[in-house]
Amino acid sequence: MKDEITREERVDNLKGMGCSRKRVEDARFTQGKGNYVDDIKLDGMLFGDFVRSPYAHARIKNIDTAAALEVPGVLAVLTAADLEPLGLHWMPTLAGDKQMVLADGKALFQGQEVAFVVAEDRYAAADGIELVEVEYEELPVIVDPFEALKSDVVLREDLVGEDGAIPDGAHGPRKHPNHIFTWEAGDKDPTEEVIANAEVVAEESMYYHRTHPCPLETCGCVASMDKVNGKLTLWGTFQAPHAIRTVVSLISGIEEHNIRVISPDIGGGFGNKVGAYPGYVCSVVASIVTGKPVKWIEDRMDNLMTTAFARDYHMTGKISATKDGKITGLHCHVTADHGGFDACADPTKFPAGFMNICTGSYDIPTAYLEVDGVYTNKAPGGVSYRCSFRVTEAVYFIERMIEVLAIELNMDAAELRRINFIKKEQFPYTAALGWEYDSGDYHTAWDKALKTVDYDGLRAEQAQRVEDFKAGKTRKLMGIGLSFFTEIVGAGPVKNCDILGLGMFDSCEIRIHPTGSAIARLGTISQGQGHATTFAQILASEIGLPADSITIEEGDTDTAPYGLGTYGSRSTPVAGAATAMAGRKIRAKAQMIAAYLLEVHDNDVEFDVDRFVVKGAPEKFKTMKEIAFAAYNQAIPGIEPGLEAVSYYDPPNMTYPFGAYVCVMDIDVDTGVPEIRRFYALDDCGTRINPMIIEGQVHGGLTEALAVALGQEIAYDDMGNVKTGTLMDFFLPTAWEVPNYETDFTVTPSPHHPIGAKGVGESPHVGGVPCFSNAVQDAFRPFGNRHTNMPHDHWRIWRTANELGLHD
Amino acid sequence: MSKKMHIKLNVNGKDEEFLAEPRELLIYTLRERLNITGPHIGCETSHCGACTVTINGKSVKSCTMFVAQANGAEVTTIEGIGGPDDLHPLQTAFKEHHGLQCGYCTPGMITRATKLLEENPNPTEEEIRFGMAGNLCRCTGYQNIVKSIQAAAAEMNAAKEAAE
Amino acid sequence: MIPAAFEYHRPQDMAGVLAVLEEHGDDARVMAGGHSLIPMMKLRMADVPHLIDLQDVGGMSDIDVSADTIRIGAMVTQADIIDHAGLADAAPILREAALQIADPQVRYMGTVGGNVANGDPGNDMPGLMQCLDAMFTVVGPDGERDIPAREFYEAAYMTAREDEEVLTAVTIPAPKGGYAYEKQKRKIGDYATAAAAVQIVKDGGNCASASIAMTNLSDTPVYSEDASNALVGTSVDAAAVDAAVAAMLGDIDPTEDNRGPVAFKNHVAGVILRRAIERAWSRA
Repeated sequence: MKDEITREERVDNLKGMGCSRKRVEDARFTQGKGNYVDDIKLDGMLFGDFVRSPYAHARIKNIDTAAALEVPGVLAVLTAADLEPLGLHWMPTLAGDKQMVLADGKALFQGQEVAFVVAEDRYAAADGIELVEVEYEELPVIVDPFEALKSDVVLREDLVGEDGAIPDGAHGPRKHPNHIFTWEAGDKDPTEEVIANAEVVAEESMYYHRTHPCPLETCGCVASMDKVNGKLTLWGTFQAPHAIRTVVSLISGIEEHNIRVISPDIGGGFGNKVGAYPGYVCSVVASIVTGKPVKWIEDRMDNLMTTAFARDYHMTGKISATKDGKITGLHCHVTADHGGFDACADPTKFPAGFMNICTGSYDIPTAYLEVDGVYTNKAPGGVSYRCSFRVTEAVYFIERMIEVLAIELNMDAAELRRINFIKKEQFPYTAALGWEYDSGDYHTAWDKALKTVDYDGLRAEQAQRVEDFKAGKTRKLMGIGLSFFTEIVGAGPVKNCDILGLGMFDSCEIRIHPTGSAIARLGTISQGQGHATTFAQILASEIGLPADSITIEEGDTDTAPYGLGTYGSRSTPVAGAATAMAGRKIRAKAQMIAAYLLEVHDNDVEFDVDRFVVKGAPEKFKTMKEIAFAAYNQAIPGIEPGLEAVSYYDPPNMTYPFGAYVCVMDIDVDTGVPEIRRFYALDDCGTRINPMIIEGQVHGGLTEALAVALGQEIAYDDMGNVKTGTLMDFFLPTAWEVPNYETDFTVTPSPHHPIGAKGVGESPHVGGVPCFSNAVQDAFRPFGNRHTNMPHDHWRIWRTANELGLHD
Repeated sequence: MSKKMHIKLNVNGKDEEFLAEPRELLIYTLRERLNITGPHIGCETSHCGACTVTINGKSVKSCTMFVAQANGAEVTTIEGIGGPDDLHPLQTAFKEHHGLQCGYCTPGMITRATKLLEENPNPTEEEIRFGMAGNLCRCTGYQNIVKSIQAAAAEMNAAKEAAE
Repeated sequence: MIPAAFEYHRPQDMAGVLAVLEEHGDDARVMAGGHSLIPMMKLRMADVPHLIDLQDVGGMSDIDVSADTIRIGAMVTQADIIDHAGLADAAPILREAALQIADPQVRYMGTVGGNVANGDPGNDMPGLMQCLDAMFTVVGPDGERDIPAREFYEAAYMTAREDEEVLTAVTIPAPKGGYAYEKQKRKIGDYATAAAAVQIVKDGGNCASASIAMTNLSDTPVYSEDASNALVGTSVDAAAVDAAVAAMLGDIDPTEDNRGPVAFKNHVAGVILRRAIERAWSRA
């Protein structure tokens, strides 16, 4: 048989790994045919919504629901008292704490859920909420974690014994009633000794402010209890649908096979949709009580005030070095503000996430990290906003410490990084705080970045600008922001990563159809990352069927194999690996079938793009399409019919994407307005599956980084009132405020990942935040600036200039 | 509850008549009463533009309009802009240039862009960024949205030239 | 966010509007584009049992430009202002300011009347109208009366318009000379951190007349007569600008909010005014 098209054409036809395949998701999204949770409409569906506490800390003396129940269309008002007999007035959090579903005796943060009004439509629910009368007794409010650790005011009375004793928490001993845990990594005494005896030490305290992932779609769900069949179906904005199913089963007592959790299209997640929220529990209860489907959708204020803040880390660092800039030790202490409940979304053994990646990309021989978690009267959450667990905090910390050390050493910060990078030949590299970095080539990336932006030229221009400023010729300063980041993503090995005891493997199940198309289902769920496009590309390359002939399905726990979901850039590292491994199982069976069909031994055929060929005789082959048909329709001795495979992949290690970013910024000293002149982002995410999608992820992550660095915050006043509850005040930049970005890459494949991929969705955020921040700070370095806290909004930049005397 | 009003709308070329409370917001009319779920709800305070529709020739945030105000109006949503058999060049360009990710802002974004290109068939990048500033996107960083709109404009201008 | 229920009125003429206002008093509110009022109603921060939609009331959507005056109907939108060629020639500051208000969608709905009548200190048009020495026409049960923009604003959301009156038009003496509307904001869609409206007439090398008003730096817009006078008769040199800024700072009274503390706002107000004067002078 003569091949009619070339091998190259056969490769192209697959649209496999490495090509910028257009997204299959886009047809429905561009035509308004996405299916998000609020698009779901069921017969007889009711609406539920919350009465929320206006106070950040208050005793709840009484709840009177009578007037609300008089509103036409209001069917029920649930309070903690109603949930208590079911044991559902509190729920477990992802962090081993428990959280009130509805305020049980007191409210611990503004916006806390107090009562759930269930009505025939959203109008009646809203009217009912207005008429629920709650009698509050205000209590002293603590919004500062340092004050919390000194205060006599006990926020969580449920966690203190009657004798005042403080029982251990989920992560060990607690020092104070408002203390949650102390978590350590590294070696305390040796680190302190190194620093005490070092030639140079730089110290700095920094606050990584509280912010919020704020996806454009808020959280919500529809719960539908089918009492006839005893099955509960729960649609919702879940980044981890299987975990939600298990949690719902554990807290409701409904057996897991009777619960079907469906994540439909999700309008962005960024970490907001990992956790379990009171709205989910209340909707389920309301559906069980009423026998009707119940929908709950947050409004934007609810979203910003209650579900899933991020960051809020007070970090104090010491970094030591020799006089010529070789780093010798790093010490980090964090006071972590977790709000009223510890609901942080971290693997169980890591109450501060992977903060212990805070040695960054540098060969630091000795290090110590200590994190104290603290309760305050702020909303619970602590999610990983577009990053792996607390990695953004860690990278911000080290990238600021490097800059501060450079100031201390009077050294160029790019050079300081270069002389401390972990060298290519040191990988796999075990860091002082325990992680084994799988691979990296930092010097190559750094040199490429600096060369591309003409770093020396930029520094010369900056020096001239400083002269001009001093001479009164300009009122604009120029900042050069640098960051080099190493992420730790792809949680993770089951041996050390679980959430609520659920191992963090992931999965893929493939079913090849007789005519050579396929469906693959995964335990993850896309929120815009384009899984339906990229996972099909992985499979196309692995099994030799065109990506266009492969359907990817996620998010339905009745059909998808168990997996831990999508966050922490884990989809490609874990589920992507499972996909490749399942594909390889398909291929192994296909090899046997091909050999039978070609009448040769199994070992005499080899895979070639889209077929198996007889070794040494490429004209003799069977395409995967032919093999698929034979798998179902031809009796093959010793081989059972069908062509399916499933893989549950437990990664041997995390993956460690890295990158080099440079930002050039002009700052108006008089107004505090920054202008981003240039942003260069080099990412190394290992093997690149779809360059178009990678680039899109980088653009988006950088924009979220820009927002966080330059203004986005959840701010509280002293009374615990949220000051940034709408999109007027919570900074989401428009197209007007966002620059064009230059993207670039190097490729250092992960040695342990089946296809060498590392994950990229979060890198630009992790690397971007310190880069934008460093640009602002660098502009003021020539005038004595050492560190100022984010967010660098206009007035705070102005304050820096003002404090440096630049307005005199 | 207040007394219901008799409302008439023309949505995507189709006449609709129904009784509604005047406080019903147009976005809910579209999404829940008429099952036109392309326009979405993002912020509810007229900042995000996910609910953008065209009303009597103007781009409007339908979360900030009562159905009573819209009584008698002509409304176009993403569903009326193009479908599988007659895709609008913007719909094609957004896919071609990766102008979307989660898709949540996309219907409002494209609906607004149709109007922008109607008013300014040949916009500069700056004009696009300014003209699209009423629509927030959390995923793309806008770069590819700008690119998509530029591409659609070029496509539409070429088609227009060819027709002349 | 669902507003409380209300009765909806859409009168066909002003008599109908006034009748509803008379009948329901405080319980009734008129609405033009609704982009200030509706969010407040959704947040249940505004209670409006009777909502009067002005969209069918004729005669308020015209822009009349004559040699001496410009009359803008209350229902003219920001988008109308931006698109009106005659207006761009006669009073280009209106277009420059309108382009800095909110975003395209909001500008299609937001009206001049709503913007000036609402009394929100964050709105841009009130300061602009004070700079231009506009006259607001209101109509009520006792007929029509004119209120100077510079006397209209009493406190946040408190104006000289009585509850039973409706603002129908804004009349501006045709502005002369150079102009600038300078606004600092955090992002598109935000209110001003500080904004300045400036008109300057140049005669020979000197300033013949000047008008300066500031936005979102007090609980009302601030027309600064002293700042304006500080420029008149000067060559708008550094000393004159310093004097104008100093005078302006004496008239504003900013409060701290998410945009920043008072010291910052005062400083930025000065910077923005300097830039506005410089630009207006360069165009004079």
